[in-house]
Amino acid sequence: MRITEQQPGVSKRYIDPDSVTKRMDGRKVINTVFRSLFFMATLVALLVLGILFYRILSQGLGFLSAEFFQNFASRIPEKAGIKAALVGSLWLMAVVAPVSMFLGIGTAIYLEEYAKKNRINDLIRMNISNLAGVPSVVFGLLGLTIFVRALALGNSILAAGFTMSLLILPVIIVAAQEAIRAVPQDVREASYGMGATKWQTIVRVVLPSAIPGILTGSILALSRAVGETAPLIVIGVPVIIHFLPTGVTDTFTALPMQIYDWAKRPQADFQQVASAGIIVLMAFLLFMNSIAVLIRNKFQKRY
Amino acid sequence: MVQLMNRTETEAVVSPPEAPVREAAKPVVYDTKQLNLWYGSHHALKNIDLPIRENEVTAIIGPSGCGKSTYIKTLNRMVELVDGVRTSGEILYRGRNIFDAKYSVEELRTRVGMVFQKPNPFPKSIYDNIAYGPRIHGIKNKKILDEIVEQSLRGAAIWDEVKDRLNTNAYSLSGGQQQRICIARALAIEPDVILMDEPTSALDPISTLKVEELVQELKENYSIIIVTHNMQQAARISDKTAFFLNGEVIEFDHTDKIFQNPADQRTEDYISGRFG
Repeated sequence: MRITEQQPGVSKRYIDPDSVTKRMDGRKVINTVFRSLFFMATLVALLVLGILFYRILSQGLGFLSAEFFQNFASRIPEKAGIKAALVGSLWLMAVVAPVSMFLGIGTAIYLEEYAKKNRINDLIRMNISNLAGVPSVVFGLLGLTIFVRALALGNSILAAGFTMSLLILPVIIVAAQEAIRAVPQDVREASYGMGATKWQTIVRVVLPSAIPGILTGSILALSRAVGETAPLIVIGVPVIIHFLPTGVTDTFTALPMQIYDWAKRPQADFQQVASAGIIVLMAFLLFMNSIAVLIRNKFQKRY
Repeated sequence: MVQLMNRTETEAVVSPPEAPVREAAKPVVYDTKQLNLWYGSHHALKNIDLPIRENEVTAIIGPSGCGKSTYIKTLNRMVELVDGVRTSGEILYRGRNIFDAKYSVEELRTRVGMVFQKPNPFPKSIYDNIAYGPRIHGIKNKKILDEIVEQSLRGAAIWDEVKDRLNTNAYSLSGGQQQRICIARALAIEPDVILMDEPTSALDPISTLKVEELVQELKENYSIIIVTHNMQQAARISDKTAFFLNGEVIEFDHTDKIFQNPADQRTEDYISGRFG
């Protein structure tokens, strides 16, 4: 019995093995072409990043010294330091982290666990995702209107912290919502089935599983707040400050503000000081992101 | 209108609730009266009347989509987790209507444990899984919790298999063991009734047998309602069987009566494998 022969009860063959073999080479070539294309795209991104790193490190490392961390801003490049900006950024985080995480995680829990699935809530969900795409300058203007002027907080840490919190809130909400949604429904049902209230179920079943995802998302959002400049400029955060803030109502300056100021100065030496500042900022961000990675690895998915 | 039409239809075929009994009838635990349930516009349960008695195993059988899972989930109001569910009629649990506004679902579910189709232990230790129920109900004493955990695991016939590794994650157990952990977890809240929604459908034959044996032992102390689409299982383990079809109870009687001498032609067709 030859295979090509039409047998009664055997279905008709539509694929001709010869033409499949003939086309095989062409298909493989196309595959190779696209693979190289995508590899080159990756290479471009890596190359740009490499050049950036090289320039900043070669320019800035010379200025990175103990004095750089101990000095305030100065007109003389050699005496310029990042102390006020670094401490200011830490203060900013001290406001942004609790405010944005409390509001963000709370909103996510409400939307995912308590809110009914109706049209209004769908609209809210959709708009939160859209808010994440609003330019940071717009949030700066919002902060200027509400916190700086209406609530008369001035250009304080509090005003800037609230503004930054609003800016990263959508990102935290979306990340927390996704983490909460990833918790399987059947363990919730197991909990409800034993007479647990919604709150007990959230605290004992949902959050323990969702917390790694929530924290990872929150930390990545916070590191965005550390690097953000535009809202601070709009709020009117000063650049040159010769004291450290003592409380959240004091004014302050932050790392990206300081870098922005140095980078726009005409003296060539200040370009190098700016690079040193960028190194500090990048180290700050890398540190935060590696905490996020650590958390993610430590609590591996258990489902 | 719908209700009226269905009513006449069901009354013609459902055998009277007080079917001939050979022994003194046990008290009714769950009395379902004219229960209707809709998912949106889909009428999923139609005029259900079903008295379920104490210390018996009541099996609910029927083809896929007949409403048997919906019904068992209505008994502890778990069905309300689905959006757009409406009900009418009443379900009396120990004489109280569970749909009563004053009856909290938490209270009901404390008295009525549930075992689900897919084993769903928490990603916690075996100990914490069993202690979950007692803890949410406020028991903090470590010694009491220890005793509850041991008693529940023994009750679910899994104590000997796990007593040396109570602190390992319940996910490290096999599917059959996980399901018995889930049964132990349901026992830990000291329920009155245990609802089982196809508890063996995800298990291998040996684990299935263990769970079936367990059900036989448990009925000494609990009233058990079990949904199954395995008819042999219903025949093996249950005292009463209800046959559901298209959201209606076609027949409800003693299991041997249903399987040997069904009153309704549709029950006979289903049991003899002619459809479903």
